[in-house]
Amino acid sequence: MRVRFDGEEVEVQEGQTVAGVLLAKGIRSWRTTRGGGRPRGLFCGIGVCFDCLVKVNGVPDVRACQRVVAEGDDIRTQAGAELPS
Amino acid sequence: MSRIETADVVVIGAGIIGAACAEALSASGLRVLVVDRGAPAGGTTAGGEGNVLLSDKAPGPELDLAVLSRRLWPQLIESLRAELGDEVARVEWEPKGGLVVATDQDAVGPLAILAEAQREVGVEAVEVTPDEARAMEPYLTEQVAGAVHYPGDAQLQPVLAATALLAAVRARGGEVRGGAEAHSLVFDGSGKVAGVRVGEGTIGCGAVVNACGPWAGHFSVAAGAPIEVLPRRGMVLVTAPLPQVVGRKVYAADYVAAVASSDVDLQVSAVVESTATGTVLIGSSRQRVGFDEALQVEVLRRLARSAVKLFPVLAGVPVMRTYGGFRPYTPDHLPVIGEDPRFPGLWHASGHEGAGIGLAPATGRLLADLMCGRESEVDPSRFKVDRPAVIAEVRT
Repeated sequence: MRVRFDGEEVEVQEGQTVAGVLLAKGIRSWRTTRGGGRPRGLFCGIGVCFDCLVKVNGVPDVRACQRVVAEGDDIRTQAGAELPS
Repeated sequence: MSRIETADVVVIGAGIIGAACAEALSASGLRVLVVDRGAPAGGTTAGGEGNVLLSDKAPGPELDLAVLSRRLWPQLIESLRAELGDEVARVEWEPKGGLVVATDQDAVGPLAILAEAQREVGVEAVEVTPDEARAMEPYLTEQVAGAVHYPGDAQLQPVLAATALLAAVRARGGEVRGGAEAHSLVFDGSGKVAGVRVGEGTIGCGAVVNACGPWAGHFSVAAGAPIEVLPRRGMVLVTAPLPQVVGRKVYAADYVAAVASSDVDLQVSAVVESTATGTVLIGSSRQRVGFDEALQVEVLRRLARSAVKLFPVLAGVPVMRTYGGFRPYTPDHLPVIGEDPRFPGLWHASGHEGAGIGLAPATGRLLADLMCGRESEVDPSRFKVDRPAVIAEVRT
C-alpha cells in the first residue's frame, strides 16, 4: 500500500497509523505550534493530547496516532492552525 | 490562611453570580465568606460561552440590567487591575460586537422590528446589507437575507472573570471556601437569619445570599423558602483551533426566539464565536431535562448543522470536544435578585439562565445596593423574589 507524505511516495503496511508510518521513517515532528512555530509530533500516542496533528487529504487537525492509513492518502505537515483545503 | 468563623454575609455559590455579589458586597465594606460545595467557578460558569450580550434581549427589565452590566464590566475589570494587578485582571475581555444573521427572508422582518425597539432604548443596533455582513465576516454563508450589527456585544472567559472577582473578595479580608456545602439556615429569636450550617459547623452571619445558579431551587427548599429556579441544559461544541474564521459573535436570528421560549423540547439555534486560543465555540441548545447529564448525539448533530448553515467552511473542521451545563431558568425568564419576604436576611441572586455572565456585575451591584439601603440604578421591582412565577409554596 502506498501513501504520500509532503508529496513523497511512501510504502506502508495495512493497519499502520499515520504516526506509525512517520516514526518508522525516522520523522519525529510533522506540525508546528500556532504561536511559536515550534515542532510537534507524537506525545501521548493514545488520542488524548491532540499534539500529533497532521493534515490528511486536505483535512487539518487529524490525530496521527489514531488515523489508520488508507491507500493513496495525501499526508502533509501542518503549519499552525489551518483550514480544510 | 485562618478560616473565618463569622461573616457579615455568607454567599452560597462561587460561580459568576456569587462572585459578583461577593465582590460588590466586599466593596461596600462587608466581610464576605463565599462557600461552594464544589470548586469555585466549576458549575454553570464553566459550562457556557462567556456571553455579554445586548442583542438577544428585547426591551424590558432584563435588557435594562444588561445595559448597566455592559457598562460595568470594563470598569470592573479596570478596577480589579488597579487593585490586584494585570495577571489577575486578564479575563480575555473582547468587546468584539455581535452580528445577528437572518438566512431566510421570513426572519428579516422580525429582526428589524426587534432592532428598532432596541434602538429606542439606546442600544446600538445597525441594520446592514447582506454584502456588508459578508464584508464584516468573510466566511459567512452567501444565503444572508439580512443582518444587524450590535457593536455593544462582548465576550469574556467566565472562569477567569469569576476567579478575579473572588480574588478581590479575598484581598479585602473575605474568604472563599470550596468543597463546603451549605445545608440549612439558622435563625434568631425574631425569625431573622443568624447563620448558615456549612459542612459540620455553623457560620454566624447577618445575611445569606443564595447564588446557587440552577441549584438555587434546591437550596431554597433546604432553607425552607422555596423559589422556582429550574435547570435548562445547554451544550457547546468546540472546534480545533483555527485561523481567524469568525470575527464577532455571530448568531442566527431565530436565537432570540429560542432564548425567550419556555418549551420543554429541545431548541437549537446557531451561536458561533472564536475564543482567544483560536477554537470556535458552537452553541446553542436549550433543553429541559432536569439534571440529566447524558450526552445526546442528536443535540450535537443539530448544533453542527446549524453552525455550518452560517459558516459553510466549518463543515470540514474537526470538533475537538463538547461541553455543557445547566442554566438557571425561571418560569418568567427574569432573574431573581432580592431579599426573601419570608425570612429577613435570606437573599436570592439566581435565575439568569444563559445570560449570567453578562448580567453578573449589575446583579452584584443591585444586590449590594439593596442590602446596604442605597438607591439602585435599575428598578429592582421586576426582579423581586415575591412574584407569582417565582415564589413557591412551602410543601409540607
